[in-house]
Amino acid sequence: MYRLRRLWVQLRTEVLVLPSRALVLAWALVLLALPLAYTDAYVLRILTLMCLFAIFAASWDLLAGYSGQVNFGHALFFGAGAYASALLTLKLGMPPWLTVFAGTAVAALLGVAVGALCLRLRGSYLSLATLAFPLIAIGLLFAFPDFSGGELGFSGLPRLINGVVPNYYLAVVTMLVLVFSLWLLADSKFGLVLHAIRDDEVAARASGINTPRYKVMVFAIAAACAGLAGGLLAHYMRVTGPFTLETALSFQVVIWGIFGGVATIYGPVVAVFILYPVTEWFGGFQAFGERRLLLFGVIVLLVLLYMPRGLAPWVRDRIETLCPRCKQRSAAWKSHCRHCSAALAPTDRPRASGPGQA
Amino acid sequence: MIQDILVSGLISSSVYALLAIGFSLIFGVARIVNIAHTAFYMLGAYLFYSLLVQLGINFAIAGLLAVAGVTALSLACYKLIIEPLREHESAVLISTIALAILFQELMLLFYGGHYLGIPSTMDGAVSIAGVSIAYQRFVILVVAFVMLAATWYLLNHTRLGLAIRATANDLEVANLMGMNVHHVALATVAFSAALAAIAGVVVAPVFVVDPYMWLGPLVTMLAIVVLGGLGSVKGSVIGAFIIGFVEAITVFAVPSGAFLKGAVALSIMVAVLLLRPQGLYGVVFEEER
Repeated sequence: MYRLRRLWVQLRTEVLVLPSRALVLAWALVLLALPLAYTDAYVLRILTLMCLFAIFAASWDLLAGYSGQVNFGHALFFGAGAYASALLTLKLGMPPWLTVFAGTAVAALLGVAVGALCLRLRGSYLSLATLAFPLIAIGLLFAFPDFSGGELGFSGLPRLINGVVPNYYLAVVTMLVLVFSLWLLADSKFGLVLHAIRDDEVAARASGINTPRYKVMVFAIAAACAGLAGGLLAHYMRVTGPFTLETALSFQVVIWGIFGGVATIYGPVVAVFILYPVTEWFGGFQAFGERRLLLFGVIVLLVLLYMPRGLAPWVRDRIETLCPRCKQRSAAWKSHCRHCSAALAPTDRPRASGPGQA
Repeated sequence: MIQDILVSGLISSSVYALLAIGFSLIFGVARIVNIAHTAFYMLGAYLFYSLLVQLGINFAIAGLLAVAGVTALSLACYKLIIEPLREHESAVLISTIALAILFQELMLLFYGGHYLGIPSTMDGAVSIAGVSIAYQRFVILVVAFVMLAATWYLLNHTRLGLAIRATANDLEVANLMGMNVHHVALATVAFSAALAAIAGVVVAPVFVVDPYMWLGPLVTMLAIVVLGGLGSVKGSVIGAFIIGFVEAITVFAVPSGAFLKGAVALSIMVAVLLLRPQGLYGVVFEEER
């Protein structure tokens, strides 16, 4: 009873007091409760895919948004997870539960390799160099079709579990756990170090931070998450192929990240949950079927013109105010800060400088 | 085989050089990583196709009109979309990606996804030192080298070129010296889009035209620009010739080389970057801190 009450107090003082956190809680509860009320296989399938892509997008944000290493080849890790898992399952007959984690490990190793290779690069050089890695991988896949399945890839992979609803829960729970852990990680001392590296690497080094180690570590973590998402997607869709490594996918994750708002973790997740169904929904109309990417481009351009820092930070600035004294957030309709009771001026909305300049 | 390597290497290198110079100039002057750059190359090819095949205009006039149209479009894009976002570097980046996707989808809508062939505008071949090159391919070489020379002249012997180089070197000081950096940026955008469109127009009769033709050159162009050093025109040209010839050698001398040409070219770029992170002729930008 005591613990329950403590939990309730924590919930009220830490989560419900901030509209953005309350929204996130409501969203998670709706996701978890949805199959109880609504079991349309198509909708659940779209939501499952969205959850997997949300993991992918959030992992990109940890790398690009927090540590400033704007990776243009994030699909490499996604594809590595998918291919490693598929190869181990089909060639060695290992159970998919194991191979998904093996794929994650392979992706993490690749992350260490790419991170180590890119240590001396910064800014645009790093972005453009990382663009090359998945393309090198695609070239190798096409050159050795016997091993890699060539242009068609592999099909007929076994599912992790059978049934629409269990697969949905697998994706949702994995997504919630991973995104929440990434958010905690980004909010910890580790995340603070990443902020420091992005804003001024020389100063971070001068303060005694082993920046190369942190950069390789963040590459490995982001790669592992992307690889897990890739492996799960391969076993859910039961196919893998060069589409998991394509430049289009790498650009897609960049668009999700920047559209949602970089250096937030939840921003890219929001972007996936908005952009993916929108494009999917347009695809359902006969008239729009062929034109959904067109609309996708138009939506991204229009949103950016009005919210250049991304959707999630824009919304958060509307519903919450930053306390000028203690830098804590309070709901926008409060007249005093919830921590230090300093007066909040509703018109004078401080604009934090947008993080994540490439 | 050596003849094949020489000819196709020269042709692809000169096309890449046209693309890479434009990208480099925009990056140097406006600090924009313009993913939509090769989309202008695609638009040039499509516009040329429309004017030449659908409207039946003479090929020289059609080419000029196509280049002019794409240049005007690039200026409109810059004014309407890029300039309002200039403060937000990441937003500029994805708006160029979105623009490229937009153009791809528009072409898909208007022309369909199939390959369009443009009939050869001239027949016959020229023979140089025993190597025969079809006129159509020879035109690519001539136009590319004329444009390279024109770029060199523009940058080194005109007041606009001086302004472009000064702005690329240090935007704030150039502004303080009385140069209108906005106009310089506009001129640079127009000039580089025109270079991309010219490349599109000259290759259209030789290569096929399809809505995805911007992706392959985009990656190669980025590799070239990074290899040569971002913002360096000399580096872009030299990088274009290195990558162009490496691709040609891979295609003709290595089994299943057509699949590997991109991988080999990109590996060279990665290798150079590991030894020289600023590329071959990288301009050392003042630390943006």
